[in-house]
Amino acid sequence: MKRVKIIGLIVFAITAMLFFTNSNNGQAAPQQRNIILATTTSTQDSGLLDVLLPVFEKKTGYFVKTIAVGSGQAMAMGQKGEADVLLVHFPDAERKFIAEGFGINRRLIMHNDFIVVGPVHDPANIKSIKSAEGKKMAVESLIKIGSSGALFLSRGDNSGTHAQEKKLWKAAEINPDGQKWYQQTGLGMGHTLSIAGEKKAYTLADRGTYLAMKKNLGLDILVEGDAVLLNVYHVIEVNSGRWPKVNAAGAKAFADFMASGEAQALIKNFGINKFGSPLFFPDAGKKLEDLGT
Amino acid sequence: MELILEGVRKACALIASFDPEVLGITLLSLKISGLATLISLFVGVSGGTAVALIKFPGKKLVISLINTGMGLPPVVVGLFVTVLIWRNGPFGFLEILYTPAAMVIAQAIIATPIVTGISLAAIQQLPENLRLQIMSLGATRLQMVWIMIKEARLPLLAAVMAGFGGVISEVGASIMVGGNIKGYSRVLTTATVMETSRGNFDMAIALGIILLLLAFCVNLLLTRIQQGQIPR
Repeated sequence: MKRVKIIGLIVFAITAMLFFTNSNNGQAAPQQRNIILATTTSTQDSGLLDVLLPVFEKKTGYFVKTIAVGSGQAMAMGQKGEADVLLVHFPDAERKFIAEGFGINRRLIMHNDFIVVGPVHDPANIKSIKSAEGKKMAVESLIKIGSSGALFLSRGDNSGTHAQEKKLWKAAEINPDGQKWYQQTGLGMGHTLSIAGEKKAYTLADRGTYLAMKKNLGLDILVEGDAVLLNVYHVIEVNSGRWPKVNAAGAKAFADFMASGEAQALIKNFGINKFGSPLFFPDAGKKLEDLGT
Repeated sequence: MELILEGVRKACALIASFDPEVLGITLLSLKISGLATLISLFVGVSGGTAVALIKFPGKKLVISLINTGMGLPPVVVGLFVTVLIWRNGPFGFLEILYTPAAMVIAQAIIATPIVTGISLAAIQQLPENLRLQIMSLGATRLQMVWIMIKEARLPLLAAVMAGFGGVISEVGASIMVGGNIKGYSRVLTTATVMETSRGNFDMAIALGIILLLLAFCVNLLLTRIQQGQIPR
């Protein structure tokens, strides 16, 4: 009886070790082949990276370790030299990041736009805000949400989307913190949209994630097309002069790939079959001013 | 409700078709958590037995610490392990952040106090006279310890099950130190979180069901060993 137990444990031990070494032989790439990509949740939650990365890896032999976090956290990782390359959408913080010497070679890759989404019955009646009011549409809608007391969900995670939202509140001259109708999820875009759907709340989302998740949400796009809602994604290589351990060659290869015709074409066509419209618009080589901000 | 049924259906389909991605994720979960449990088994059973059998000052404090460790929050473990092993951390030279090896380390840290605590209690609950009797029959110290461990094998296997259950279901540390990288460090729990955040609830439920099945199979095997039957 006791022997059985011991044999059982040994079998368990050996199989576990076998499994583990197998996985190492099969998958571990040499260290310099590894690239740590710190990026926003929207590029992963929308599925875009699942399309782009295999192409890049096959072409170059690099292995990309994607760490999907908010843009703020992605840049914090870059600042500590814990990431090689960033794909983020938080322009103000990005400029600071470059100015302080943490990153180099910031390049425009793509854009989509932010949208204000909310329950179909629209209790704050923001859908009625006319586009004739032009630039102020987004800000106007937040003022209306605030005064109606309808629930608004914030990411609250220092992501690019959260930064954009804070900017809009500031323009609306409202301080939503601590208000009863204002709640922070502290989660990624996908989770926050799910919660907004469940609670019939308003939230600010990027169009890519919204379209990818639309089927289960019960939320409508209520405000769109305001120039202030432009959502731009840049790729930034972490400065290896500052952090010698950074895989500079890998970072450059990835950034070059993202700006290449091949990746740009993949971005352009991504999601058209599945969602009926593109989720991101390729912008490599363009200037921010060309996009109409 | 419909969604749950859809999830069950999807789980069956994924299992029946041997979906290569899901199969890979499942095997990786088993490998990582199995290895972590194994490490915690060696450290925990020997540590727990030692603390139970040796008298030393501050023993109550040490036992309290171990018992507190049984409730170590995985995210806190994940955070500390991350900071220790990232590139510019004290163990950065190992270059193991965002690898399965880092996940094994984090999970072993989570499981070890659980195994230690239960082992400790298991050995302590053996009658005091048993030890004296074994010694008086002329056993060496090592033989005595071995007999005590064998005597406590039921609760000790329960310790292994608790340790394994703790880490296979754990997500906070795995996602932090493993990074949920596709085909490399993605395990069932982190994949479930990701699919949920993508709004693919049916897929998330399917992965959850597979996780439960996996935990059930492993525990079935361990239970059969525990109850003294030959596993076939």
